[in-house]
Amino acid sequence: MKVRLALTRMLPVWAVLAALLLGMVLVALAGANPVSAYRELMRGAFADLFGFATTLVKTTPLLFAGLGVAVALRAGLFNIGAEGQIYLGGLAAALVGLYVHGLPAILHIPLAMLAAFAGGGVWAFLPALLKVSRGVNEVITTLLMNYVGIYLVSFIVGGPLIEPGAPYPYTRPLDPATNLPLLIPATDAHVGILIALGLALLLHVLFARTTLGFQLRAVGANPSAAAYAGVHVNRTLILAMVMGGGLAGLGGASEVMGLKHRLFEGFSPGYGYDAVVVAFLSNGQPLGAVAMAFFFGALRSGANIMQRSVGIPVAIVFAIQGLAVLFLAASLVVQRRSRAREPRQPWGAQHIDVAKPAAEAVKHEPL
Amino acid sequence: MSGPDQKPILRMEDISKRFGPVQANDRISFAVRQGTVHALLGENGAGKTTLMNILYGLYQPDSGRILLRDRPVHVASPRAAIQHGIGMIHQQFMLVPPLTVAENIVLGLPPRRRVFLDLASVESEIAGLSKAYGLDVDPRARIWQLPVGMQQRVEILKALYRKADLFILDEPTSVLTPAETGALFSIIRRLVAEGHSVIFISHKLEEVMRICDEITVLRQGRVVGTVPASETSTDALARMMVGREVIFRLDKGPTRPGEVVLEVRDLSALNDRGLPALRGVSFNLRRGEIFGIAGVDGNGQAELAEVIMGLRPPTGGRIVLKGLDVTHLPLRSRIAQRLAYIPADRHRFGVIQDFSVADNLVLKDFYRPPFSRGAFLDQSAIAGHARTLAERFDIRITNVHQPVRQLSGGNQQKVVLAREASGVPDLLNAMQPTRGLDVGAAEFVLRTILAQRDAGAAVLYISTELEEVLAMSDRLAVLYNGEIMGIVRPREVSLEEISLMMAGSLRKSFAPLESVG
Repeated sequence: MKVRLALTRMLPVWAVLAALLLGMVLVALAGANPVSAYRELMRGAFADLFGFATTLVKTTPLLFAGLGVAVALRAGLFNIGAEGQIYLGGLAAALVGLYVHGLPAILHIPLAMLAAFAGGGVWAFLPALLKVSRGVNEVITTLLMNYVGIYLVSFIVGGPLIEPGAPYPYTRPLDPATNLPLLIPATDAHVGILIALGLALLLHVLFARTTLGFQLRAVGANPSAAAYAGVHVNRTLILAMVMGGGLAGLGGASEVMGLKHRLFEGFSPGYGYDAVVVAFLSNGQPLGAVAMAFFFGALRSGANIMQRSVGIPVAIVFAIQGLAVLFLAASLVVQRRSRAREPRQPWGAQHIDVAKPAAEAVKHEPL
Repeated sequence: MSGPDQKPILRMEDISKRFGPVQANDRISFAVRQGTVHALLGENGAGKTTLMNILYGLYQPDSGRILLRDRPVHVASPRAAIQHGIGMIHQQFMLVPPLTVAENIVLGLPPRRRVFLDLASVESEIAGLSKAYGLDVDPRARIWQLPVGMQQRVEILKALYRKADLFILDEPTSVLTPAETGALFSIIRRLVAEGHSVIFISHKLEEVMRICDEITVLRQGRVVGTVPASETSTDALARMMVGREVIFRLDKGPTRPGEVVLEVRDLSALNDRGLPALRGVSFNLRRGEIFGIAGVDGNGQAELAEVIMGLRPPTGGRIVLKGLDVTHLPLRSRIAQRLAYIPADRHRFGVIQDFSVADNLVLKDFYRPPFSRGAFLDQSAIAGHARTLAERFDIRITNVHQPVRQLSGGNQQKVVLAREASGVPDLLNAMQPTRGLDVGAAEFVLRTILAQRDAGAAVLYISTELEEVLAMSDRLAVLYNGEIMGIVRPREVSLEEISLMMAGSLRKSFAPLESVG
């Protein structure tokens, strides 16, 4: 029993290891020595201060957005819209940086962050509202809202907010009071990672220790039973989505305020999509998300060095990422099958007429 | 239509089937005569559908044999069943909504002309069949455009097209309006007149009397008896269905009713299919009494429980809880009025399977003291609470952090019972609280509910187990077709009278609407 439990808990780790192993085969097929390729990857990500700083820079948005997906996941919702939420968060932070002046950094940074949380939150609120009021699947709506968000930012920075004479759509620089301080001098690593880590810890406590966390988990595990116990399921779902969207929005803010100090068109290279991977591989656990975000951040950071020194394209990293998800999904299916086969319930506890319609599953549920 | 001279087309002999600890079918034997409608009548869980799934090749029996036209057959799969001329019309139709009637009917059949579908000839053939049996189905209509009654006819056509001559209709009227039911019955008569045979699965007495020639009554996986419809009545059938064996004796003192806790007036509601399920239900329930709701399953019991809890909106009437009109208040406000609920399907609605025993025990109270301090949970209070309740309610667990998923059905029910009935609620709404439990666990549940009454709770006790309701209730209402046929005291009513009321053919009250001590 204990062994099996440990195996289940470690499933994502096994999936990642299996993906790395299969990745070696891919590297070999591409004509390079897998061992030296992985060594270069590691060297690029960790060996010097600059590599490590890059790893942190790449980890930061992955962690913010990964937490955003994870919160929704714990409440039983699939937030595939972290990318759009990143863009809206970045936009909101940039507006505060462009139009508010004269505040000290100690106030300006929190204000911009708050705006970013609201921006991402609004972007997640719309799908959540459609879900609880009309039953529209949130996977579809959050996914589509990504495009709206990305192109909204493109329009704004390419038109109304473009810096005059800019060769590429971006805004004027933000008020320097919104710049996040550097974590490691003379590198790109900024304190955004500390904020993200702090939030991960906060979420961990939220889920493990608080009544709100209990409520979110209950709704995620069995919305019908939660509703029968008097939990306002729809309100909980909306809250989880807005929290998730806000967290992803903070990821956008940290990119804008910590790294680029302007709002660029297309400033996120798909961090929001990778965040979905981070959240699923960590099973919605905030501390697991820290590990996964760091792992994928390191892969991205080391991939450039690997490409330069052994000639393996960066794309191999995305292949490894995809393989890890496939392995995890496959193992979860196997796990569910074997659980279904276990004789755990006397039959009488359920309906014996197996063909009876499960109409009761869909119940009127008070908002 | 029927006569002793007709030969049986089907005989099922000594069929047994066990699922885990539950004997779903226990040496069931019955025979269907050629050209007749034979009913399988029984409550949910009596074993009807299991038996038919065996006949249709979906399950293999543990023992027993099936004879078709006097020849023993082995029905290995639904495909084999179809080859034997058996057609099953399930409760949930197996149709592809975007396709046409004709496309659905040929789906899965080998094309008759090499690789190409010859839909035109299929369509004309279907139109012919449809006409011959009075089905009135347009072969080119798309399924999603058809009303439910029509979709059912498509299923019948599908079986006819596959040359079925023994039709199994599994609760065919449960999805139909009364008018559609009438139309279905004339189709069934047409089928029988053409020499086909029909097995009609139902728990509705008057329908069975209307359409069937012979009736086999099942109860708890066994055959109670087979009777010709011409020699029985709805109330005799009701008596056969619910039986009258008392499993154990309850030591029950006299009731001392206090003030009115629940007042229900002219309550109406719809079921999941949007059809009327409750039609003007009124009763009062006092502190310290158990008010039973008896009736054959599916006569509005589930809807009544859900409307009272606030899980289903009423279409009319009102519910007053301790003087407060809660008709339009959400569930949590009703729980705040000290209303407790034991749902019938506790596996899905009563517990969160992945949560620990301790967490399930505070599902309704986690957000308030002593289980919370401000925004935080008090884990030690939650665990201590769980240890106390596990001891008091004899919940067999290794520790309080064990997931509920690992518990047996009886222990899961004890978790629900402990949560709902540990503090004395003002109103306890118990729906089928002993369903699926072994005798020991059932007795424990019933004794706990009695103790709640004696401690001053008002108990609404809904069960389709007649002997249980009779033993438990101080007063008892019989629900039929969404209406209360009468409110009686168990000791002042005979089984015959109850049976008549359950069958909808007697309307009588022996006890006043609200009891007077």
